[in-house]
This record gives sequence, C-alpha cells and structure tokens, in this order.
Amino acid sequence: MAVGLEHFLILSAILFAIGLYGALAKRNAVVILMSIEIMLNAVNIAMVAFSRYGHFITGQVFAIFIMVVAAAEAAVGLALIIAIYRSRETVDAEKFDLMKW
Amino acid sequence: MALEIAFWVLAAVSVGAALAVVLLRDIFRAALFLVLCFFTIGGIYVTLSADFLAGAQVLIYVGAIGVLIIFAIMLTRESRRGSPSGRLRLPALVVGLLFLVTMVLVVVGTDWNVVAEPPTEPTTSAIAQALFSGEGFVLAFEIAAALLLAAIIGAIVLVREK
Amino acid sequence: MPPEVVLAILLLPFFSFVIISFILRPFFNHRPQLSGYVTIASIGASLLLSIWALIEVSGAEGHVLPMPDYEWLAIGDTVIRIGVTVDALAAVMLIVVTSVSLLVQLYSQGYMRGDGGYARYFAFMSLFTGSMLGLVLADNLLFLYLFWEGVGLCSYLLIGFWFHKPEAARAATKAFLITRIGDFGFLVAILLLYAKTGTFDIGELQHLALAGVLGGSVLTWAAIGIFSGAVGKSAQFPLHTWLPDAMEGPTPVSALIHAATMVAAGVYLVARLFPVFASSAMAITTVAIIGGFTAIFAATMGLVMNDIKRVLAYSTISQLGYMMLGLGAVGMAVANGALPVEAGLALGVAVGIFHLFNHAFFKSLLFLGAGSVNHATGTFDIREMGGLRKAMPWTYFTFLIASLSIAGIWPLAGFWSKEGILAQAWESTPILFYLAMITVFMTAFYMFRVVFLTFGGEYRGQAQGSHGLHESPLVMLVPMVLLAILAVVSGWLPISEFLGGESHSFFGALSGPLAWASLVLAGLGILLAYAIYSKKWLSAESLRRAFAPLYTLFSRKYWLDELYERFFVIRLLVNGLFAALHWFDDHIIDGVVNGIAEGTVAAGRVIRRAETGQLQAYGLAIFIGILVIVACLFIFS
Repeated sequence: MAVGLEHFLILSAILFAIGLYGALAKRNAVVILMSIEIMLNAVNIAMVAFSRYGHFITGQVFAIFIMVVAAAEAAVGLALIIAIYRSRETVDAEKFDLMKW
Repeated sequence: MALEIAFWVLAAVSVGAALAVVLLRDIFRAALFLVLCFFTIGGIYVTLSADFLAGAQVLIYVGAIGVLIIFAIMLTRESRRGSPSGRLRLPALVVGLLFLVTMVLVVVGTDWNVVAEPPTEPTTSAIAQALFSGEGFVLAFEIAAALLLAAIIGAIVLVREK
Repeated sequence: MPPEVVLAILLLPFFSFVIISFILRPFFNHRPQLSGYVTIASIGASLLLSIWALIEVSGAEGHVLPMPDYEWLAIGDTVIRIGVTVDALAAVMLIVVTSVSLLVQLYSQGYMRGDGGYARYFAFMSLFTGSMLGLVLADNLLFLYLFWEGVGLCSYLLIGFWFHKPEAARAATKAFLITRIGDFGFLVAILLLYAKTGTFDIGELQHLALAGVLGGSVLTWAAIGIFSGAVGKSAQFPLHTWLPDAMEGPTPVSALIHAATMVAAGVYLVARLFPVFASSAMAITTVAIIGGFTAIFAATMGLVMNDIKRVLAYSTISQLGYMMLGLGAVGMAVANGALPVEAGLALGVAVGIFHLFNHAFFKSLLFLGAGSVNHATGTFDIREMGGLRKAMPWTYFTFLIASLSIAGIWPLAGFWSKEGILAQAWESTPILFYLAMITVFMTAFYMFRVVFLTFGGEYRGQAQGSHGLHESPLVMLVPMVLLAILAVVSGWLPISEFLGGESHSFFGALSGPLAWASLVLAGLGILLAYAIYSKKWLSAESLRRAFAPLYTLFSRKYWLDELYERFFVIRLLVNGLFAALHWFDDHIIDGVVNGIAEGTVAAGRVIRRAETGQLQAYGLAIFIGILVIVACLFIFS
C-alpha cells in the first residue's frame, strides 16, 4: 500500500488527539504544555503534507510560523508556570482556580 | 519503497512516543519521550521532502524547546509527584477519541486532489522566496519577529525575582 | 355682519387676559386698576358687538347668520373644522354673558379694591368670560368641549382665588373634581357620537338625530352622557354638591358663576343639542325628572341655610332645575308626538333659555346684593344681620326687587319665564308640575326669609355697632341698580318669541288659572316668611322643633356630602379601588419586575457553578463545542 496524503493526515490526527487528551487530562502544567507542543507538531505534519502533495510552498511557510509561535508560547508558558510555582508552590492545573466565581 | 518503510517506522515511533508523553507517570521520562517524538516528526518531514523544515524541527523543537521543558521540570521540582491524571481524564479521553474519529472520517471521506510525484528541488530557496519576496510573507515575518521579541521580554519579566 | 366681528366678540376677553397677564401684571403692577379697565373695556366692546349680532340675527332669515368655518386639524383623512354659530340661541346667550359679566366687572372694581390679587382676578375673569363666549359660539362639539373645560378651569381658579384659605382650596378642588365626573360622561358621549357619525358638527348631529339616522340606544346613551356633563356643570342632582361650597370664592365670582357662565353652560348645552335629546324619549325624560327633582330638592335645603350665599346657591340649583324641567317637559311632548317637531323644539329652547335669561339678571343681582351686605357687615351669616334696610337702602331696594323677581311675582321678570315652564310641565307631566308648584312656594319663602332676616328688624351683629354700617360705594351700587332694572324688565323683552316660543301679553298672562295659582303660592310663601321672621307670630324655634327630623335632614344637606366622602371616596375609592390598585402595583407590576431580577439572580447562582476556574474544563468545553458544530454541519448539510 503506497503511502499517500491520507496516511500523513491520519498520523497528524492521531498525534493531535493524543496531545488533546494530554492537554485536557493531565494535572501537571508542564505536561500540559508538552501535550500542546505535540498538538502543534501534529498540525505542522498536516501543513507539510499538504505542501508536499499540493506542490505549493505556503504550507511549509505556515509550518515555520507555527514553529515561531510555538517557541514563543513555550517560553512564555514555562515562564508563567515558574512564576505560579513561585507564588503557589504547585504546578497542579486543578489548583489554579483564580478564575473561579 | 524505502520511504514507505521509513514512514511506517517513524509514524509508529512518533505515536508511541506521544503516548508515552501523556501516559508515563515520570515527568522527566515523558520529557525525553517528547524529544524523541519531535525527532521522529523531523524524520517525517524528510519523507515529505521538506528538508529545511526537518532541519528547523531538530534545531528548534529538539534543541530549544526540549531543553526549555527539561529546565522547567527541574525548576519546579514537581517530578517526584509524577504526572497524575486529573478529574477530567474520562471526558478528555472521550472527546479525544471523538475528535480522532471525526478527523479520520473527514480525511477518508474527502477527495484530495493530489500530485503523486515528489518535488525534485530542495525547498530552502523556495521558502526563502516565499518568505522574503515582495508579494510573499514579509509582513508576517516581521510580525513574527516582534512576537518573539515580546515573548522573550515577557518571559524575562515573568520569572524575574522581585 | 362680517364674521370677523363675531370672532372679535370671542377674542376680545382673551386679548384682555393676555394683556393683563403678560403686560400689565409684570410691568404695571403698581397700577393694578389698569387691569380692571382693560377687562371692562374689552367686555364692554364684546357687549356692544353682541347687541349688533343680536340685531343682525333678528333681521336674518331663519334667525341664523351664515358663518364660514375653518379647517382646524387634519389627521390623515380626518379633517376637523371649527367655526362659529350665530343663531337666536347664541345671540341671546351672548347678551346674557357679556352684559352680566360687564356689570359684575364694574361691581368688582369696588368689591375687590385693595385685594393683593387684583390683576390676577381680572385676568381670570376675562378668561372665564371668553371661555363662556367660546362655548356659546362653538359650532362643533370638540371645539365646544375645549371651552367647556376652559370654563371649568376658570371656575377652579376663581373659586380658589383666595387659595391661602384651606376652605377655598378645598372648595375649588371639589368643584373641579365633581364637574369632572360629569365631563367624563360628556367626553365619552362626544367620542361615541363621532364614532357613529364621523362628525363633531352640532348642526349635522341635529339633522342626523331629527332624520332618525342617529337613533336607538346610541342616541340615548350619547344624550345621557352629554346630560351628565350638563348635570356636573349646572349642579343638578346628584352632582350639585360643589356649588354651595363654591361660595368660598369672591362674591362677584359667585354672581358670574351662578348667573351667566359656569352653571348656565349646562343648560345651554342641553338647549343647543335639544334636537338630539328630544329624539330620545328616555334621555329627555331623564332631563325632565332630574330637573324637576333638583328644583324641589335644592329648595328644601335653601329653607334652612343660615349663610346668605348658601341660600342663594341652593336657589340657583333649584332654578337651574326649573330650566332643565322646562326643556325636559317640552322635549317629552315632542318625543311623544304631542307637539309638532319643529315648533316644539323651538318652544323648548325658548322656555328654558328665557328663564336662564331672566335668572341671570336677578340672580347676579342677588349675589351682588349679598356681597354688598358682606361689605358692610363682614359676614354672610343672616343671624348676625338685621335692620340693614335703614343703613343700606339701595342694597335693600335692589335685593327686594330681585327677590320678588325670583319668587315669580307679576310683572317682574321671573314671573314670565317661570310661568312658561309651569305651563309646559302642566301639559306634559302633572307630577313634575306639582313638584314645581311646591318649589314656587318654597322659593318665595326662603328668599323672603333672607330678606326679612337681613334687612328687617334690628341689627344683631356683634362685629361692629350699627353706626358702622354704611351703604356700598357708587361703583358697586350702579351695577346693582342697572341689574335691578333688568330684573324688572327682562321678562318684558320678546326673548321667547325671538327664540321661537310663545308670546304673552302683559295683562293677558293673568287670565289663566295657572298664573293665579303660582302667584297665590308665592304670596303665601312671602306671607309665611313675614309671619315668622318679621312679625314673629310664629316662633322659628318652635317650628324647628316641630319639624326636627326634616330640619336636620335639610340642614345636613341630606348627608350627601358625607355619603360621597365617606362612602364613595373613602370606602369605595380609597379603601376599595385604590387599595386594589396599590395591591396590584405592589404584587403584580413590582412582582414581575422583582421576579425577573430574582429569577436572574437565582439562575446565576446555579449557572455560575459551571465557572469552575479550571482551564481544562474550559478547554474541554471548547472542543465539545467544535464537535457539536461539526456534527451539525454533517447533519444539516
């Protein structure tokens, strides 16, 4: 069976779903951030796959921008986690309830 | 044929690594599996003839973000408590599976207009053309630069000791 | 006669009001007498023009002057036109209003001298007169209603003229509110007529009623509604209670209200719409019964009052009842077919308005006389007067003439018009005739009770010794003498013929038995008053004890004030309707508003539990939302 676009897209979907599960289910904020990185990578796979099978370069350009944003997000997100950890001595997402009524 | 074998192997490893990231209780190992996952995804890019992106993937994700995350794990000293699941584990699982099913259905059910032959030329100059030519993404590129700058300053301000 | 002249009759008093209010009062307040002069000049001019109008009308064909009308309001396709009617009825009323008003204003020059509200007084009086003239001239119901309310407003302002006195303020409010009850019926009737016929024009309505196009229960209810307005304004039973209290205003105001303006409006309205009333047997019977009953009902209360102005007030109510009775009796004859329609209608108006015409003069004279007495003694209580004949001969003389006139003594004015009413009542409904005859006796008795107690005997007042009593100044006496002349001769004028009624000869009137019967009754009344109050052959005190229940009933005014106040106002309105409305407001209106607020708060209390502050829960919700949207797209596309 020849590998085609569908295979890459399904791989992308599987990784995205795994990342989604991790982002929603895990309590450790660092793991949540890691799951989000997996989701972003999954999206990148889809972008690059479209670029490859559509013969247009824009997909890769978008993948680059997603990387940029992911890097920025990782930096700020980890900085936030550390800041919260300093003030609350925990990185448990379920204990972040400042937005609660 | 070699590309296909490479794809299957890389795909299997990346999925396995991703599962390990969300399932392992040891955070540090999870982080290492994340690096592995990033690395295999870089390999996937190679099978997709995206040479420049593959390089960038290894440099940025494996190199920068992987190190950053391991730093964070160390700084928060939470690794001994592991990586427990929260109250939303089951709903998250259901939603994740439903999402997967939906996307697979969409992917399978769509008639993709594809070109089978791989592009023969390296992509670096094409990406450069697209990014920096007048009708390309110059403005977006500049904005991304500004975003990165802001992120760096923001991160410094956030973690600075009062 | 150019139509502008007729408009001038109407507009002159309004100009006077405007000039006094906006020029004299602000800029010439140090010379208040100017406002009196302006008022007298404008009303005098109106009187002259009215006389001109009367002459023109008497020469015109059918006693009607053609007048143009103007477009007033255009609302979509509905065009409301206004204009003036100058026919015999209007012309007579113009004369009554302007002449009485003029003489009252002259008298007020003396009576109101030195009052702080001198300019205000004359401004209101101008407005009052102007409103009444507008009411008389209006040719459509809407326009008429405008002036009708204007008259009501002015009466409120003038009765409450001394508003710093609580009784005056109360009396003004009472007059306004009670007449308003009647006005409501009038307004409903106007709208009902408009809804059924599409016109406000009085002439058209009369034609429609006579032609039978407008008829049945609509006509009856409309007529009764209009009559309720007339009952309020003309102080007929059961809305008469405001008039005796209206004495709190300055006495010349009472003279004007009782003679020419306010109360005359009700009778005029019935006369103006007489064809409408006469087309409904039920409505016109109501008019006759209310009129006849009010005549005797008010007279009984007049018998026992000690306040001279209250006696006069009840006599006014009684006399207005006569006018209604006259209109009603003839109208019933027309409705029954006993009289030919055209002649009958004219006869009815003639009978009613002729009495109004005569009554205006002698009643205003009586009030001016009462004011003059008050000027000298400082009181209106007849128990504290007496012996004023010597001190105030002119007042006594004119008051006596007016009393004889109202008692219906030949050949004074009251005799002729009262005769006409009695004759019509005799032919139409004997029971009302007998009531009217008893009223004749009572009228003579109570008027001469006042005359003997006030002017006869010795002075009983304590306030000032008899040497302090003095005749009123000339400016007050001249109008009284002029009115006294009119109170004698107004009955000789061919007003009745002019309005289309019967003529009567000077001595021929004495040939019938009716005239003699009423003269004898009136004479008996005077004699009885003479016996009790002048010669004291009978003790008033022992009579009072003998008829104690009746005396109490009359002097407490049949407890109607108490009934209205305690029962209708307190029990029904305050404790019933208002309490119910208050409950409705508290529980339903506020309940809905508060309920919505409380419901929102309660819902918020429940829904805010969804706001856990858990980022992952929000993320979960976002993705569930995406799934739902995708599902929807699949299902509905």
